[in-house]
Amino acid sequence: MFKDVAFGQYYPTRSPVHRLDARVKLLLTLAYVVGMFFIKSYFGFILMAALLVFTVIVARLPILSVLRSVRGVMLIVLITAILNLFLVKDGEVLVHWRFITITSNGVHLTIKMVLRLVLLISGASLLSLTTTPVEIADGLESLMSPLKLIKVPVRDIAMIMSIALRFIPTLFEETNKLIAAQKARGAAFDSGSLFARIRAMVSVLIPLIVNSFRRADELAFAMDARCYNATDKRTKYKRMTLRFADLIAALLVLGTIVVVLLDRYYFASVGIYMDKLIFGGLV
Amino acid sequence: MSAIEIKDLSFIYSKGTPYQKQALKDVDLSVEEGTVLGVVGATGSGKSTLIQHLNGLIRIQDKKRGSVVVNGLDASKRKERARLRFEVGMVFQYPEYQLFEDTVAKDVAFGPKNMKLSKEEIDLRVRRALELVGLNYEGFAERSPFDLSGGEKRRVAIAGVIAMQPKVLVLDEPVAGLDPVGRRELLDLIGRLRREVSPTVLIVSHNMDDIASVADRVIALKDGEIVADGTPKQIFGDRALVESIGLEVPPAKRVADMLEERGIQLPPQIIDMDELEEALAALLKQKEGIADEAQTAEATCAEEGDMRSQDDSCAVCRKTPDEEGEDV
Repeated sequence: MFKDVAFGQYYPTRSPVHRLDARVKLLLTLAYVVGMFFIKSYFGFILMAALLVFTVIVARLPILSVLRSVRGVMLIVLITAILNLFLVKDGEVLVHWRFITITSNGVHLTIKMVLRLVLLISGASLLSLTTTPVEIADGLESLMSPLKLIKVPVRDIAMIMSIALRFIPTLFEETNKLIAAQKARGAAFDSGSLFARIRAMVSVLIPLIVNSFRRADELAFAMDARCYNATDKRTKYKRMTLRFADLIAALLVLGTIVVVLLDRYYFASVGIYMDKLIFGGLV
Repeated sequence: MSAIEIKDLSFIYSKGTPYQKQALKDVDLSVEEGTVLGVVGATGSGKSTLIQHLNGLIRIQDKKRGSVVVNGLDASKRKERARLRFEVGMVFQYPEYQLFEDTVAKDVAFGPKNMKLSKEEIDLRVRRALELVGLNYEGFAERSPFDLSGGEKRRVAIAGVIAMQPKVLVLDEPVAGLDPVGRRELLDLIGRLRREVSPTVLIVSHNMDDIASVADRVIALKDGEIVADGTPKQIFGDRALVESIGLEVPPAKRVADMLEERGIQLPPQIIDMDELEEALAALLKQKEGIADEAQTAEATCAEEGDMRSQDDSCAVCRKTPDEEGEDV
């Protein structure tokens, strides 16, 4: 049932991208996601796509693992695309048949929307493909540390986050076990009436919740027994340090985004000129 | 007629990713009806993957080559696989964590209800299943499964599977986490279930001692292949074999080996505590009347005292001193 959950599965290889500082990767991913919303021309998309492909190659990831994370949201992408295609009414009318109208602007918006979503998802999945959950939690803790000044319990939040991340695979495994056990008793998850299916889901959800509480209890005891919260200052087993490679990565990503912004606000004509050059009369 | 017929079964997890792992490799297995089969192997040897093929929870990956047939039902055929679910009762590890209904009776009825039996038949089966696992129907039926003790919960979970009256019963680590008394009771229960409900039983365990006492036949898995197949005596009596599979020799065998090293002659291939107890008692009786033999017996007990510190489940350690008192 959960075979297709590939989004966020760490892909263990050794590469310069894997070795980058988690904080840098977090910030750059954020910049990439924000930057994506400023793209207006096809030229901008090509730039961002080039950056993405370059990163995938340097990270030694099979392109399939990146595309697999897109597969999970394909339905949303399709619905958005269809809505855009049929609902945008301005621009040159290309097709008109009964109540269906497709305009040139609609086509462009649709293509750009799909590109944006696909690039967004695959870019974001790069973070989790190249960074372990623990590294991500540590990175977030470090990035949020200024909030300690205004009495935000950053350390506890980070602990909660890493525990949550840590238990995702455990919960998946447990869910699969429960599904197997209830299937063995004839529970119908993918056949039978709606009522039977709901009953089958309940037979998994209730034990899952009961077991989670039990596990949380045990974990709390274990942490208490190891004096969690007894000391104010905690030291880290792995300390994060910035290296030269982090600088290079930052320059590369931020540089691309700067070009995208320049393209949008100052040299809009360049982007459009490039689009015309590449796509000819289509734009 | 063989109850289970497996041919050329292979299975690979996460094919084509870095997590790829071959769980089964060309497994051939045929189990006669009425057999209690022990399946042993270290963690990750493919035991779970193998048993989940039996009721179609895991689909056969390469249908052209591999085949699984249980009581004439072919797991590769969709319709027959659905019937297989009820033909093969599967009790997973720690089954008490799968209880979900608000009363014991309802939880046990979940399987029979999914079989679409009549209400009377369901009630009858629930009653019978609970009595079989040793829980009094009147006393337990209306209680919440979450209020029971660990051992009782496990019995309820097993009753939930028994109520479907499967012809083949598969138990994955049925005694894990139980105390010695609970273990003994559960192993006795397996014997009762075999006589009254499911003639063919598969027990998966990495605890040799449990399997040694109940199984007629044992297969050992290692890295997805069956590396040994025989009676418990043949398998567990062979120290080198057991260790090469990555398992521990049963405690009784270890004690027997230690005694033999010190020159005490015992019958060959002792693998469970009851046998060891009998052999030692016979030995002591034989030597009755010879004065200096008493010292040997004392030495024997002292040695078993050593064993006690290594293994708490060593039944002989507790009993032999008493018997020595009677015999000598």
